Amino acid sequence: MLAFLLKRLLSLAGVLCCVLSITFLLLRLSPGGPFTRERKIPEAIEKQLLAKYHLDGSLWEQYTHYLGDVLSGDLRLSTKFRDRSVNELLAQSLPISATLGLCALALSIILGVWLGSLAAIRHQSALDAGAMLSALAFISIPTFVTGPLLVLCFALWLRWLPVGGWQSPSCLILPTLTLAGPAVASIARLMRTSLLEVLESPFIRTARAKGASESRVLYAHALKTAILPVISYLGPLAANLLTGSIVVETVFNLPGTGSFFINAIVNRDVFLLGGVVLVYCALLVTMNLLVDLAYTWIDPRIRLES
Amino acid sequence: MQNPLPQRKGILERTLARPSTRLALGLLLVICAAAVFLPLFLKADPHATSLDTFISPNTAHPFGTDLNGRDVLSRTLQGARISLVVGFSGAMVSLVIGTSVGLIAGYCGGTLDALLMRVVDVLYSVPRLILIILANFVFDPVLQGWLNNFQKGIWIGYSKIFILILSLGCIEWLTMARIVRGQVLSIKTLPFVQAALALGQSHAKILTRHLLPNLSGIIIVYLTLTIPAVMLDESFLSFLGLGVQPPQASWGSLLSDGAQALNPIESHWWLLAFPAACMSLTLLALNFIGDALRDALAK
Repeated sequence: MLAFLLKRLLSLAGVLCCVLSITFLLLRLSPGGPFTRERKIPEAIEKQLLAKYHLDGSLWEQYTHYLGDVLSGDLRLSTKFRDRSVNELLAQSLPISATLGLCALALSIILGVWLGSLAAIRHQSALDAGAMLSALAFISIPTFVTGPLLVLCFALWLRWLPVGGWQSPSCLILPTLTLAGPAVASIARLMRTSLLEVLESPFIRTARAKGASESRVLYAHALKTAILPVISYLGPLAANLLTGSIVVETVFNLPGTGSFFINAIVNRDVFLLGGVVLVYCALLVTMNLLVDLAYTWIDPRIRLES
Repeated sequence: MQNPLPQRKGILERTLARPSTRLALGLLLVICAAAVFLPLFLKADPHATSLDTFISPNTAHPFGTDLNGRDVLSRTLQGARISLVVGFSGAMVSLVIGTSVGLIAGYCGGTLDALLMRVVDVLYSVPRLILIILANFVFDPVLQGWLNNFQKGIWIGYSKIFILILSLGCIEWLTMARIVRGQVLSIKTLPFVQAALALGQSHAKILTRHLLPNLSGIIIVYLTLTIPAVMLDESFLSFLGLGVQPPQASWGSLLSDGAQALNPIESHWWLLAFPAACMSLTLLALNFIGDALRDALAK
């Protein structure tokens, strides 16, 4: 167990290092720099700016210097938002993105598992067909369409909820619903297929033959096994939510990390982009690790290889 | 090798047996046909601006007009062309990469397999949009320079679309590679592959003649499911302003224009409703067909 954890943590560090290097090198190798403007700045000033941000010298020197700084926990200054460090920007925006992401994750798991199980139990009923059709619809409609529609309906016509921003907890409701929509749909589809399969397996028949009530069969036997594919889907789901959050934050004008990501790319802000990518990847890789651990805890047939 | 996959016809028949699949397929064909042929009969130019801004749908403009007085119907059809081309070609790029990587990894095994699958793992653990945007960013100057020299630069206006196809295709192949590899691992131990090897068949022939035909079913299923994924990613990029650039339009950029024009005082609903309906119906139809194919293959 300990060996497995250590091995995974090592590979985690490897992945992060790879991704950070690729981001840094790509951005530095592509034409145009963080200080390229339409009006050209004097050469001497540009030289000083590059020196201030340690972007002078050969690419290899820049790269090793940057990696060294990151290892010591300093993500450096943003080249666009002058005088503000990437650490500071991330510390400010990450709690917002994390709150949104966690709320959407919780909502999609609870609602998705519930709807999927309901559809499986009432297999081939109108409820099943309706739930699956609307799930497919939610997967097919982009979040930047559902988001404005929800705003139009609940914020502008009914005036129940705020349009956007981040002043009160009620600001969280619409973005969470928008972000969780496709995720709920995916989980519901997965849960339905899996539960249908489990309900036909021999151990369920045995449980019924022994006289267990239908609810006991469902809660004590079937759901526990049927939820396994949903748990292994949590890794990709986290990735989808991260991607989705970039769009949803733009739609609702939330001061989260997603907006910095787009800004950093457009402005060639190397260090801000590096910081955001690092945080995103770290979240995703940690999530995958947690999923693997949860899997062994729930399914006794799986043992971790060390 | 007259009929490498005798059960294939059965799969198609089983898929089309459901009325809902036939409906989805019909809908998809209608949308594709409209995107290809309808602009030839329309008088309105998708780029022509006029003073008639924000006109609600009427007989002259069935889908209304936008902020610059452009006809939304012809813009939606132009968007359909671009979105469909990006979706299908991006999926084809991902098909080529994913199938080759999966075949090679599964067939060769050993260190090469481990290496390729590690690469897939690393790419899986990075948010997809980040990779697509980075790829977009790197290909852009290279491709523009290349297109400038090629045939006197007549393709330069389409460079952004080529980049989208390339970058989306280069990221979306991961699932395909994993699935193909898994299938190859199980097929290559079957007696007929061993027999072909014993008869002195070359590895290239075994891959193309014996393995690939047996994989075609599952490849087609995942191709149908990759197309909507690519189209959705394209629309995200266009929404964020990193995809198709104006004056060209894709469904994604039309939707983002429409979403921004939504307000309670003057609701320009037609700007959002028509492109959204077209795009959602297309994605829905593709997902429906992909699901039905997968179910038919699993039986």
